[in-house]
Amino acid sequence: MGKQTIIPFGPQHPVLPEPIHLDLVCEDEKVVDVIPKIGFIHRGLEKLIEKKEFTDFVHIADRVCGICSFIHGMTYCMAIEGVMNIEVPPRAQYLRVIWSEFSRIHSHLLWLGLTADAFGFENLFMATWRIREHILDIIEETTGGRVIFGASKIGGTRRDISNDKLKDILKELEGIEAQIRECSEVFLKDSSVKSRLVGVGVLTKEDAYKLGAVGPMLRASGHDYDVRMSPYAAYQELDFVPVVENSCDSYGRCVVRIKELYQSCRLIEKAVAKIPEGAIETKIVGFPKGEYFARSEQPRGEVVYYVKGDGTKMLKRFRVRTPTFANLPPLLKVLTGCQLADVPILVLTIDPCISCTER
Amino acid sequence: MSKQEIIEIKVDELINRVMELMAGQWRLVQICASKIETLELSYSFGKNHDLVTLRIPSLTGQEEIPSITSIYFAAFAYENEIHDLFGINIKGNCIDYKGNFYNKAVKTPFNIG
Repeated sequence: MGKQTIIPFGPQHPVLPEPIHLDLVCEDEKVVDVIPKIGFIHRGLEKLIEKKEFTDFVHIADRVCGICSFIHGMTYCMAIEGVMNIEVPPRAQYLRVIWSEFSRIHSHLLWLGLTADAFGFENLFMATWRIREHILDIIEETTGGRVIFGASKIGGTRRDISNDKLKDILKELEGIEAQIRECSEVFLKDSSVKSRLVGVGVLTKEDAYKLGAVGPMLRASGHDYDVRMSPYAAYQELDFVPVVENSCDSYGRCVVRIKELYQSCRLIEKAVAKIPEGAIETKIVGFPKGEYFARSEQPRGEVVYYVKGDGTKMLKRFRVRTPTFANLPPLLKVLTGCQLADVPILVLTIDPCISCTER
Repeated sequence: MSKQEIIEIKVDELINRVMELMAGQWRLVQICASKIETLELSYSFGKNHDLVTLRIPSLTGQEEIPSITSIYFAAFAYENEIHDLFGINIKGNCIDYKGNFYNKAVKTPFNIG
């Protein structure tokens, strides 16, 4: 055993959009152990539920994360709808799919850009974020917000999208998909990209399951688990099949996210083709009494919302288990034994969202 | 909607119950502590679209809860979180950060008073 050095990584680091601290125990350039520390941006959102009416809390849930804002708000609504046995109108279920998939495209493009930036491919970073701007424009046109959608509502959605607008969106999406294809060719074929990702951060199929990985981290290790296979929103009517890769490395995670971009485009097309006419919300009557766990698939993986109400307008308990929290044990596994220079890219391969994680 | 079940158990039943779920190929979904008058722990496991939650109610905070990391290794992060935020004693956690997982200004911020 060589001399061990502890190198602090974070909470402020150029590759980290948000603060997490890792103590990297190194022998020369090899990381032999990792000790994580979180809690730098804890906002006490779980406690805040005791002071906000359950209907108003949707706006807080929307702000749990700045990337997958809509899916957070929607999953909170699903939890309350589960407690109160509220039937969401079919049109609202389809709108939820459309906005969820736009969130996924925007999040995966953001990740691709950050990853390109992390390995110093600045042109690729700018190209992916330029495409992302078009997605944000569509989100703004349909919800009024670019990052925080504010479109979730208990019992349905706050806004509708007209059928004409939906057709326009499909036309725009065709052009966006062509641009994604151009960029993804570089991610999938360029030798400098491959040299940083192929064979780096291997998480075996067995380890991914044992360590509780979720999202692209799990599916890149050969597991076909995706919450969209379960009956929520309108996914069960869209013939959803998860994207799975078997390479188990950072490249595999990149491939899963790229394939999911195309998959999201297909899901939006199918949802637009099938969206029924009708109401977009069911009026809620009374207050939540009971408890419920709601799960949905965020861009980063499975998110779990737990709510408990006692029949008053304030909930008693609210808890979020985010995908990044579930992906911390797999991250520690892939970091152990890696080269120090690969740490930034490996941290990024879980697509960490620390503000979500700390609530 | 998927099927959900909450089963109340006692502390000394936890390990056997969790081993049964592991044998049945249930996946650990989350562990959550709550303080509503008393403390309670909820261990959720998923299989296909279904969710089973083992609930240990009415904890005082003085009990020692056995760690399930020997069965579900990924539980270490949840158990450290529960220890740091609620002050619940977890015995036998495979990776115990001894109160240093969360950076916090007060000792057990989710279990004050």
